[in-house]
Parts: sequence; C-alpha cells; structure tokens
Amino acid sequence: MTEAVFDAGQVRARARQMRRDIVEMIAEAGSGHPGGSLSATDIVATLYFGDIMRHDPSMPDWPERDRFVLSKGHAGPVLYAALAEAGYFGRDHLATLRKLGSMLQGHPDSRKCPGVEVSTGSLGQGLSIASGLAAGLRGNPDDDRTVYCLLGDGELQEGQVWEAAMFAAHEALENLVAIVDDNGLQIDGACTEVMCLGHIAEKFKAFGWRTIETDGHDVDALHAALLEAKSRTGAPTVIVAHTVKGKGVSFMENNAGWHGKAPSADERERALAELAEGAA
Amino acid sequence: MAKATREAFGETLVELANEGVDVVAVEADLSKSTTTSKLGDAFPDRLFNVGIAEQNMTDVAAGLAIAGKVAFTGSFAVFGTGRAYDQVRNTVCYSGLNVKLAPTHSGITVGPDGGSHQMIEDIALMRVLPGMRVLVPADYHSAKAAIRAAALTPGPFYVRLGRVGVEDVYSEGCEFEVGKANVLREGTDVTIAACGVEVVEALAAADLLAADGISAEVIDVATVKPLDVDTLVASVTKTGRIVTCEEHSVLGGMGSAVSEVLSEACPVPTRRIGVADVFGTSGEPAELMQHFGLTAPNIVAAARELLG
Repeated sequence: MTEAVFDAGQVRARARQMRRDIVEMIAEAGSGHPGGSLSATDIVATLYFGDIMRHDPSMPDWPERDRFVLSKGHAGPVLYAALAEAGYFGRDHLATLRKLGSMLQGHPDSRKCPGVEVSTGSLGQGLSIASGLAAGLRGNPDDDRTVYCLLGDGELQEGQVWEAAMFAAHEALENLVAIVDDNGLQIDGACTEVMCLGHIAEKFKAFGWRTIETDGHDVDALHAALLEAKSRTGAPTVIVAHTVKGKGVSFMENNAGWHGKAPSADERERALAELAEGAA
Repeated sequence: MAKATREAFGETLVELANEGVDVVAVEADLSKSTTTSKLGDAFPDRLFNVGIAEQNMTDVAAGLAIAGKVAFTGSFAVFGTGRAYDQVRNTVCYSGLNVKLAPTHSGITVGPDGGSHQMIEDIALMRVLPGMRVLVPADYHSAKAAIRAAALTPGPFYVRLGRVGVEDVYSEGCEFEVGKANVLREGTDVTIAACGVEVVEALAAADLLAADGISAEVIDVATVKPLDVDTLVASVTKTGRIVTCEEHSVLGGMGSAVSEVLSEACPVPTRRIGVADVFGTSGEPAELMQHFGLTAPNIVAAARELLG
C-alpha cells in the first residue's frame, strides 16, 4: 500500500536501492538504458514511495489505483526497480531483464509484467494513452484517481506529444499529471543541439496546462510539486523536473554515451561502490 | 436498399450504448462522414473529437480501453490505419487492448478524392498484426452485425467500411460470426471468394456464368483474419479452382491470405482480382470499378481463364 506518511529519508533510501538495481540489472543483461533510468529514479521513487500514488502491489488491477504510464519506455529498468521494491514481483526477476522468457522485456510489456499499465517503447505515445485513461476514469466528480505520465525531454520532439497536449487541455483533464524528465540529453547528444525544444514549460503553458518546475532529484521538492499537481484546477498539469542523465553514477552523469550502454563488470563495481549505503 | 457500410457505424454505436455497452468513439474531425457524430448527438460524453490528429486518436482510444471502455476509432481508412500504424501496432495490438478500428472510406470507391484518399493497403497492414481481427462486411446489414461483433468480442479489431452505397446481400438483423466465411451460393465448377463491395460483383458474376452453364460457388470472406480455412478448402476441393476478388491491392490482402493457406492446404489454380499494385485515381466509383477491373465481367473472365 501507499506509504502512510511522506518520509524523505525513506524515499531517498528506496531511490538508492533502485539505482543499485538499475545498474545491476543492466550490467547483467549486457544491454539497456542506464542514463535515462537513473535520471528518472527520484521521480519514480517519490511517486511510488512518497505517499503520492495510491497503489497496492498485491492487487495490480485494483480499480481504485492511480495509474502510471512510462512513456519513455526505454527507462523500463527504473519502473522494474520500483515495482520489485514495492513487491509487485520478487527481486529475483531483476536478473532476468532482457532475457528469453523474462517478464522484464527490453521495453515494458503490460501483458507480461504485473504493475505495467500499458506497453511502451515507441516514443511519443504515452501522453495520448494517459489522456485517454484520464478521460475514461473521470466521470464521477468525487473520483480522485490520478493518471501520471513520465516523458523524456527528447521524446517531446515527437509531434504526437503535442496532439495529446492539445487534447488534454481541451478536455480539461485535471486528473492528468505529466512529468518531464528534463535531463537535456538524447542519443545523438544534447537536445539543444539535436533539435532544440525551446522552453518546455512555456510550451505546455501555451497549450493550456498548469506548469510546475522543480529539481528532479530533490525528493522534498518533487513531493511538494506532485502534491500541488494532485489538486484539481480544471487543467492538466505538467511538472518539468530538471534532472541529470545518469544521476548517481559519476562517470555516467551528463554523458549521452550512457543513454543505451551497459556497464562492464568493472564499471558495475565502481557504480555500485558510489551507490553503496553511506557513500557520499 | 443501397446503403453504405459506413452508415452502420454511428447507428450501431448508439444501439450498443442504449443496450448498456460501455462504448465510446474517438474521432479525428470526420464525424459527419464516418457517422460517429450520431453517437455524439445521442451521448455527448461518449464521442471524443481529437481534431485532425489520428495518432492521438488511436492512443486516446487505447487509454479509454485501459480504463474499461469499448473504444472505437473513426477517421478514414487511409489515416486510421496508415497514419496511425505505429500506434495500432505498438500500443493497441502489442498491449492487446480493447480497441476497434472502424475507419470508413476504404478502397477505390471513395471516388473523386483520388489516390491519396483511396486506401487499398489497409487489409494488408492490419492482418499482419498479431492479435488483430480483420472484418470486411459486404453490405450495411453485415456491417451493423460486424460492428456489434467487434464491440462484444474482447481485443483489437479492424472493421473495413466504405463510402458508397452497396446493394443488400444480407437482411436486417443478420448475425456476424467472426472467423466464418459464408457460402452465399453453392456451385461445383469454380469458387469465387469475395469480400466487401466485391461480394455483390461476385454474385452478379455467378449469374452471368450460370447463364453459360457454369456453376460458381460464391463465398463471402467477411472475416479475412482469422481466415475460415475449412470452408475455403472444402469449396476448392469440390470446384478445383478459385477466383478471389477484393477492392484492395492484389498484394497482401484477402486474395493473398487465401493463397497463402490454400497453397499449403489444397493448392488449386487461382486468379486474384484486385488493384494491380498501383495507387488509385480520381473518378466516379462505378468508373473506377471498371478502370481497375473489379466488376462482374472481370470476375467472369478470370473464371473462364481458369476453366480453360
């Protein structure tokens, strides 16, 4: 169940464990996307363990749950780490990532993995799906179920995201919260150089969204932003979370080369040492 | 009565809603043409018009389906299947969602709008997707039943609908059994397998052949996927030859599907009637049917060729 009370220390501890799991599972798999998983870890940890999302690992299909759509599906490991940490499935599954027969596919597969609401991986689709979900769940004014959608900043280059942005504002989907993991990097380099996104929050604002900007690694700030986003104002909300790609592993931080590369055995050990309990 | 299959769309959605089915439709600015406007008129909360945004249309329907709705999409076939192909593949089918694509204006009978709007690759695109069922109703009554069957059967469906009026083949209140090909006329000399607007042409061709003493069996392959292999094999075992006819490219459509299975299960001499790997062009529907060789006399000629 949802953590009873928000405890920043507890969320940070969960996030640290999730980062260790991300590094370990991608190293074990021999491929995967560590950079964008690590940049999103504090966001996902706050959602799942920060008294924000209502969910119950023992009942993945519980109708009263809030919904989470990982639009940036390549960051599957961060979701798998959260789901394992929450108890949706045993931690032993993490070592099966990307292997034949695993429920932890290279990109999340809702037909294989409990707790995954919808399969993602082809970028730009999640916000439309989340919008349809939000439209389908409202109806009763007392219904407080919220749909969360995590997008990458590079992903915003997909035109469909802005089709969804129009739709969500037009339909006044106040039960929809988009979170942009604004880590500034995509596969080919800096987003500003590959295809500049301009001012993300201002763009959403122009589309009719409520916008919140926050530090995407400060769990207190994230918690405050997510609480604010929960309040209903007649418009969808976007939280632009400023993050560091590869956050938590010094040699991966701010390095586009770690978008989709697995650490070697040596790199794995160095990363885990940095992420050890009590390490700086 | 010559009603178009698209006229069945909005009407049937309203009927289903009245019966308590939790049906919704997502449309991309073509609600009058596709007739989904009828659902919006009767139940304003059940029609979502996303504007000219077919990719969003498809994934919004996916989200509504996850929320428990029976979600239909509209638009024209060329956009609903082509523009939104990745959304249909990677979200609707990969997640196995309860989304029903029923875009209208398929095939060359769209007419004057021309090749950009005449979708003749949709059956091919849809039938290769795992989990997708492909229904191609022949007339208005069959279309109503097909939409109903799609709504009441869980999982992804593509229902191919057309713009122009077609003569009745079935009668009011007919059933649509998903996966069943209907033998409309029994015969012994040649099998004519048709779908959509070509069913009427196939029946007319059988009349023309009968006048010459040739007995043609006419099968409505109303479900292209899953294909009713048993009915097809039983027919060609009897007749020894088959002509397939569809208002679609000869590549990848119903004729291809039939050829794929018969080549393994019961190979027989085959002729495929369809659009010959070219795009459509402007013209009146009846002119285009002749231009592309999709009429009853074309089917008769193909059958005669097989009979030698």
